[in-house]
Amino acid sequence: MTALADYNFAYLDEQTKRMIRRAILKAIAIPGYQVPFASREMPMPYGWGTGGVQVTASILGPHDVLKVIDQGADDTTNAVSIRAFFQKVANVAVTTKTSEATIIQTRHRIPEETLGVNQVLVYQVPIPEPLRFLEPRETETRQMHALEEYGLMHVKLYEDIARHGRIATTYAYPVKVAGRYVMDPSPTPKFDNPKMNQSAALQLFGAGREKRIYAVPPYTDVVSLDFEDHPFEVQTFEKPCALCGARHVYLDEVVLDDKGGRMFVCSDTDFCETRREEGHRGEMLGDIKEAAE
Amino acid sequence: MVATATLLPGFADPVFDAQAVFRAAMDALARPGTIQQIGCPLTPPKGLCAASAALMLTLCDYDTPVYLSAALAQGVVPGWLGFHAGAKITSDKSTCAFAFFEKGSTLPAFGHFSQGTQDYPDRSTTIILEVASLEGGARLSLSGPGINGATEIAPLGLPATFLDQWRVNRALFPRGIDLILTCSNRLIGLPRTVNIKALEG
Repeated sequence: MTALADYNFAYLDEQTKRMIRRAILKAIAIPGYQVPFASREMPMPYGWGTGGVQVTASILGPHDVLKVIDQGADDTTNAVSIRAFFQKVANVAVTTKTSEATIIQTRHRIPEETLGVNQVLVYQVPIPEPLRFLEPRETETRQMHALEEYGLMHVKLYEDIARHGRIATTYAYPVKVAGRYVMDPSPTPKFDNPKMNQSAALQLFGAGREKRIYAVPPYTDVVSLDFEDHPFEVQTFEKPCALCGARHVYLDEVVLDDKGGRMFVCSDTDFCETRREEGHRGEMLGDIKEAAE
Repeated sequence: MVATATLLPGFADPVFDAQAVFRAAMDALARPGTIQQIGCPLTPPKGLCAASAALMLTLCDYDTPVYLSAALAQGVVPGWLGFHAGAKITSDKSTCAFAFFEKGSTLPAFGHFSQGTQDYPDRSTTIILEVASLEGGARLSLSGPGINGATEIAPLGLPATFLDQWRVNRALFPRGIDLILTCSNRLIGLPRTVNIKALEG
């Protein structure tokens, strides 16, 4: 820690942490409501997860184990740099194993493994306002939330059906939290929406540029908006993961060559690696033993 | 001017103690009904229990007007809070961010405190109320966000009108006050979303 004399623990000063902590407590007390906060400039550009980083920095302690994922992967640029940031400014233990982490900061995915009561999931949110693309004025969207006037969102979903025959929204799919506030679950694929419902883990959302913090407490109803005749459905995949053979997980498409070759693999890298260690094998995973011989 | 003889120290380690206390408060509000513990040693000023004092140092500063009960306002707490947190004491219940009440003090009706507005329900008071005990009182059933089904608490020393007041507070949602019950170094969080019912026996 001696080398870190220049920075307070976890980079933020104590007054900033107090301000963010107060916002987090109010966010928990009003599930799905976006609490304005005085977002600081961080040593990374807006859009790189400054909201999530500020939330993580405010809750993080020396005994926490941090995991950072970007689109499900532990080894992508955003995840690697945020993990390195907290190793540097907080000297905190890090992991890629979902089950070992106490705080998981995520960009656009929820881990496949079910989260537990001792875990906090921190989302990086670009646009926290679910109504923003329907109504650009903050004064109006604020009033719509105050009056619980969400008809516009249903019109949007209806127009999807009128145009495409189905609800075409596949990510940032709007949800209603605890029967009151319509919330943007951040641009996670709608595949992850059911995992937010009645989750044992606390879920915190930080939007740095937009200066909003919101939360879903554990064991809270999170319902994806839909219609009786067009019920909410998650994406399905025709094939299992090409590496670990997992079904009913979210898959990424990986282009293999310029002749149309492609494979579908788990987006959650830790989940995929754990399954492979357990001996599960997908169709594109060569036989390791034979290859070694 | 605060007499130096009465000024007690704050956190031994302001950074990590505040973090640990915040996590206890966060877990308390995220999981209503669970009893959280303040781990760090802290000698509270006369009138406050350790948990209330720790929450004061963790959450209050020059951005948060603090309301103190009549007894607390006349004691050593304002000097202690002013020195360690720089928080402004206010006598206006309707604008305070935090309100502190010691054991056995008369709790004003929740309606006197800031309820937030329909546009900004977060601008409401958090009341920190010390009770005689967090256990051993009349059994209360809790349900709502943060609670897996239902849970029970049995704090001792709540005001007689508490359940009626809470029902009014709950009905105001998304507006309303949030409550933290403290005793010694332990606390229970009751965010405005919690439904509280009395249980027989």
